[in-house]
This record gives sequence, structure tokens and C-alpha cells, in this order.
Amino acid sequence: MRFVDEFRDAGTARALASRIAELCRSIPGEPGREYKFMEVCGGHTHTIYKHGLEDHLPDTVTLVHGPGCPVCVIPMGRVDDAIAIAEQPDVIMTTFSDMMRVPGSRGTFLESNAAGADIRMVYSPLDSLKIARQNPDKRVVFMGIGFETTAPSTAMTLLRAAREGIDNFAVFCNHVTIIPAIKAILDSPDLRLDGFVGPGHVSTVIGCRPYEFIPRDHGKPLVCSGFEPLDILQSVHMLLRQLAEGRCEVENQYSRVVPWDGNPRALRAIAETMQLRPYFEWRGLGFISHSALQLRDAYRAFDAELIFDVPGVRVADPKACQCGEVLKGVLKPWECKVFGTACTPETPIGTCMVSSEGACAAYYNFGRFSRERVRHATALPTPSIGRR
Amino acid sequence: MCLGIPGEVVEVGVDRPDLAMVDVSGVKRAINIGLLDEGEVGPGDWVLIHVGFAMSKIDEAEAKAAMEFLEGIGQAYADEMAALLESRIE
Repeated sequence: MRFVDEFRDAGTARALASRIAELCRSIPGEPGREYKFMEVCGGHTHTIYKHGLEDHLPDTVTLVHGPGCPVCVIPMGRVDDAIAIAEQPDVIMTTFSDMMRVPGSRGTFLESNAAGADIRMVYSPLDSLKIARQNPDKRVVFMGIGFETTAPSTAMTLLRAAREGIDNFAVFCNHVTIIPAIKAILDSPDLRLDGFVGPGHVSTVIGCRPYEFIPRDHGKPLVCSGFEPLDILQSVHMLLRQLAEGRCEVENQYSRVVPWDGNPRALRAIAETMQLRPYFEWRGLGFISHSALQLRDAYRAFDAELIFDVPGVRVADPKACQCGEVLKGVLKPWECKVFGTACTPETPIGTCMVSSEGACAAYYNFGRFSRERVRHATALPTPSIGRR
Repeated sequence: MCLGIPGEVVEVGVDRPDLAMVDVSGVKRAINIGLLDEGEVGPGDWVLIHVGFAMSKIDEAEAKAAMEFLEGIGQAYADEMAALLESRIE
């Protein structure tokens, strides 16, 4: 596929990796120092494990996985709220497939579906609107999740529902915003980072400017990155080059897709239909003020939280679950007590094991090489970069 | 969800300028292009698709520049390897 395959070439990856190792050695200061970069986005985490990128990097470069998996950061209480809505009479609940196996305190969407609720997977919120049009005697709810990447599609769907007067359609809005999450990570005392591999597709919407406070106020570089293996390796290369040259700024590796100023139309659609919540609970990060979106008053008629009786109870994570530490980058997936034993993609305890963008699920499915490396701390033969 | 898919625009709707037919790996699907400026994309342009919406037009010149940088690095490595293989240090 164009714009995909050419960014997966194994030979170029090896060349980039050796450049990265050279750069590490050339950075003035402490030789042999370890560099830690956080990839904020779950899509990057997926690529890193799928293609075994950590094994291409020198031992002095560590990638730390961040909070950018939208399914993973949804707290259990919100899953319970969604299921409570789905179980009300004449409701069709719709959501992205990633949400179906996310456990709430009373089970998952899949289990609720089996027990008689009508919960359907959709590819797009527009599919959900179509279901509403086809079922005028039902109330069709779309559970909107995701960062600024998916918020515009929910916003556009709301604008269309309002324009067409589809009044049996509603949105259970769980959209979150990336900047407050990065701020929470930067304020976290237990993590030392040297820079960020910035989210690619969030940045198509918000652009690169919102990250400028990170080099300015926190002295850490950020490179907006694409999602193919070479994109991520090149971003690591760009971060190290900044350190080597004594620069600290926001750079855009993914300029083929990310405009520096983002997508003004998408931002307008969000601003027209949604506003910031005073605060929102994130799994692992706790309550963060102004970090999520809710529908504007003008769209009250479409707001599932106002239409339905929503319990809104805060539920603590199961004791064994360490998703919080994994989401903050404090623990690697395999360091969690229940990883791969009590918690697997088939029977997940925590959200990180559910979504394909979750660090635990990505690691469980693809991560064998890195684990071997940690266990034996010996050089392994470089695995070839896979093709889809 | 965060992983977008590149698709090539085949046709833009005449009555519905917010809809376009795109080709993704040989499969044709209708997507919404209402998040892009009107007239921004036409047949032959590539877009990045997210949950049924084109989020961004893929900039071919930028993609080419990135590839040139990467190929340059690949070439440097190939040259280095060739030189190493040829060398006979005693």
C-alpha cells in the first residue's frame, strides 16, 4: 500500500538504527547515558511492538509507553454508565469495536449484549446515525471515545443529526484531550524523560503549536511522528539529533500528513458542538481538570448523559490491575503482576490488555523479543521488520 | 482507532461534495470529506482516513522528501557495508 510499505523497509531501518547508536555516542556529556523517550500515542506503541523496534534500538535508548490509548484511559465507572444506558428499554448502543471487551465493574458490553441488550459495533459515528435513521422507534446512542483524532467525526455527526432533525440519536461523550494528559505526565514525580515522540493523528487536528510549552517550560523536545516503523525510528533520530546539537524544540517528522497549524475545520466542528468539562477521571492518572469534552448546551437534546439516568459512580480499578502504572510509563507491561496470567486479551482485567493500541495487548501479541532482551540482557540477532 | 488508512480519491460526489469514493488497497468505499476544504482534494489525491472521515490530504512532496532522507540513510549504510566488506585490514 502506498505511503505504508515504503516506510517499512528493513534495510533502511537497520541503517537508521545504526545512525541512532552513533548519535547516542556523540552526544556530549555522559557517555553511555540512557535516553528515555515517551511515545504518547497508543498507535505508536502498537507499531513498536508489532515490528520489534525496541530490538533495533541501542540499549541506551528506551521507549516508554504513554497514556494515548483512548480505550485504556476510560475508567470503569464510565463503562458501567454506558452499560446502564444500553440496558434501558428501546436503546441501541453503538460504539467502536475496541470498547466491546472493556470490563466495567458489572461486566463488558459483550456480556451485556449476550444478556439481551442491543449493543452494536460501528466503524464510524455516521454508521450510528444511519442506524438511528433506520430505527425511528428506538433511541440510538453512540459512545464517543478517543482524543482529538476521533472527536471531529463525532462533532460532524452531531452537526448532521441536528441539521437533519434526527432526534432519536444521542452521544455518550467520552472524548478526551491530549495536552492535559501530557501535562499530568510531566508533573508526575516518578518519571524521568528526555523527550517525546508526539502523537501523529491527534496532531493532524490540533497541529504542532499546542506542544510548544513542552520545550519552552519543561526543556524537553517533541517530534510529531508517523506510524510506520521508519517514521518512529526517524523521530527517535530527530530527538537525539536535537540533544546532540543542543537544541530543544517541536519538530514534525510526519509532515506528509500533519500540517503545522492542524485542521481548522475539524477544530471548528469540535468547538461548535463540544466544550471542556470542568474535570474528568482518567484511568491511572486520576481526575484531570479541563481534560475531556462534553456536548454544548445547544446540543443538550443529543446528550445521553442528560437524556438517560446515568449512575455516574466512581469505581476503583481491581486491586491486581496495574494499568495505571503502565499508562504513566512507570511499569513495562510484563512487570504487572497479572500480565499474561490472570490478565490476557481473552479475559482482560484491565483496559491496557483490551485495545490493540494498549501497551499490554500489543506486548502480549508481539512483544516476545524485548522480553527476551530484558531477561537475558544479551544481544540477540536482529529480527527482520515484518510486513503486514 | 488511532491508526488511519491512506486511500486514493477516485471520485468526489457531484450532489454531495462532502462525499468521496476512495480506493483503499483495491476496495472502493464512500467516505466523508467534510473536514477538508471544499475543492481541496480531487481524483488521484491521497487522503488519510479515520473512522469514515478524511482527516488530512497526504502531501506527496513531503512524503517524497521524507523518503529521500530515509533512502539517503539506507544508501549511506549500504556504502559503509560495501566498504567494510571490501576492506582487508591486516
